[in-house]
Amino acid sequence: MAENRELRKKLLTYIERNARAGLDELAVMFGVPEIDLANEWKSMEEEGFICGYHTMIDWSKTSIEEVSALIEVRVTPQRGLGFDSIAERIYKYPEVQSVYLMSGGFDLMVILEGKSLQEVAGFVSNKLSTMDSILSTATHFILKKYKDHGTILAKKPEDTRERVSP
Amino acid sequence: MRNPLSDKVTQIKPSGIRKFFDIVQEMDDAISLGVGEPDFDTPWHIREEGIYSLEKGRTYYTSNSGLKELREEICRYMKRTQGLTYQPMTESFVTVGGSEAIDLALRAMTDPGDEVLIPQPSYVSYEPCAVLADAVPVIIELKGENDFRLKPDEILEKCTDKTKILVLPYPNNPTGAVMDRSDLEAIARVVAEKDLYVISDEIYSELTYGSRHVSIASLPGMQERTIVINGFSKAYAMTGWRLGYAVGPEKIIKQMIKIHQFAIMCAPTTSQYAGIEALRNGDEDVAMMREEYDRRRRYLLHAFKEMGLDCFEPFGAFYAFPSIRKFGMTSEEFATGLLREERLAVVPGTAFGDCGEGYIRISYAYSMDDLKRALERLERFCSAHDRRHEVSSA
Repeated sequence: MAENRELRKKLLTYIERNARAGLDELAVMFGVPEIDLANEWKSMEEEGFICGYHTMIDWSKTSIEEVSALIEVRVTPQRGLGFDSIAERIYKYPEVQSVYLMSGGFDLMVILEGKSLQEVAGFVSNKLSTMDSILSTATHFILKKYKDHGTILAKKPEDTRERVSP
Repeated sequence: MRNPLSDKVTQIKPSGIRKFFDIVQEMDDAISLGVGEPDFDTPWHIREEGIYSLEKGRTYYTSNSGLKELREEICRYMKRTQGLTYQPMTESFVTVGGSEAIDLALRAMTDPGDEVLIPQPSYVSYEPCAVLADAVPVIIELKGENDFRLKPDEILEKCTDKTKILVLPYPNNPTGAVMDRSDLEAIARVVAEKDLYVISDEIYSELTYGSRHVSIASLPGMQERTIVINGFSKAYAMTGWRLGYAVGPEKIIKQMIKIHQFAIMCAPTTSQYAGIEALRNGDEDVAMMREEYDRRRRYLLHAFKEMGLDCFEPFGAFYAFPSIRKFGMTSEEFATGLLREERLAVVPGTAFGDCGEGYIRISYAYSMDDLKRALERLERFCSAHDRRHEVSSA
């Protein structure tokens, strides 16, 4: 079991950055039988450690318009439920990308990936602000993403090494 | 006009890599598995220390032997990795890369006619540096069937009463071979018996897969006979910073520093500040890179097996050294053919000594994507030239 934990950690760290690597390839790279890896993977999905596979897209490079916003939300926690129930009401909206409970000057950080400025504005004024326990919101639009999910979004630098060296 | 050149220098044959490099330079579309340096950038916190030192105006010489703080970190590193105690001020100093230290050690320790044992295939500079030091290089041809490990008998065979130095190049470039503790114990016995000194080039010490590197200096009685050479290039991906070091007995280090102070003055100051940060806070970076190399190494060996390329398992550095004998070509023919037909550069084994004939060096200091692309080309070349294949299809 201890070995599994080590393998799981290695595997998760790796596939967090590259979910496209095939099982056969991963088995070779980690030096474990493919069947063991497949089993481990399956149980990690079942246990919810692996909860989805996404593609990282730099929308700004496409012609598709995409506006993202961070919204700081202050709320009144509810007796017995704390922040969970209000968080749930917010995260059930499909346009909400992420919701985090925060320490510090506000309570919930809501990340929104709308299609346009109007849609974001509409969401905040019509849906979010009108919820009962919400005290205030502050919306920040993202102007430019430099790095996302550990990946630098600038052009990949070329290999400038001498092609042959001792 | 008189000949302006020294015979000693003109008689040294140019590096076999150089020749190959010139061919590659003409081909813009060639990709390569031929590099001898990491593909990672130097970790940012290390670069940042270098930048900060410049901002603070640390733009002067350091003491000849290097910053005291850096030498202290170097000695701490030797302590924590090998259990070896060195005095920072008298038994260690900082050089311009490991290669300067190789040159200095040979110059400081040999008189004309002294013989230096150099196992090959190995890094290209030992032999010419020995010649420049007026010593006599004596080549030990390592054997593929021993996985290119050095055997005590091979030393004894080449030992004469002139033999003074053994160069010990492990983990090895170009073969990827390592020496375990038991291998080293056998070597240490012969070294003591024949009263030799060892120049142990451990530049790849952080890049071993499976077991951690053992320095021969850590074996009983060997510290006083060994100059350990190491540096920052491979472990911390700092080749361009030109930073290395040597540790060893005071009386040898003292003379090496003497040459260094006249020839070099001191290692680059910016690099030395960055080096302190590397040794203090770089362990995690090294571990991350080592894991990545290890994955590629396994992938590469698997790919060799699939394409029928014979290769022993290398446990060190970032090279594999597959045999290309079955293709009926020399190393150079194979490498040149691969370059012309598939636009893929590798280094012929002969660039690292005559006994590298029949092998090529493949570096896996490349991203997985680059590695895959290159291996496709290698596979195509191999299947096109596999003689057994030709016979069976005829």
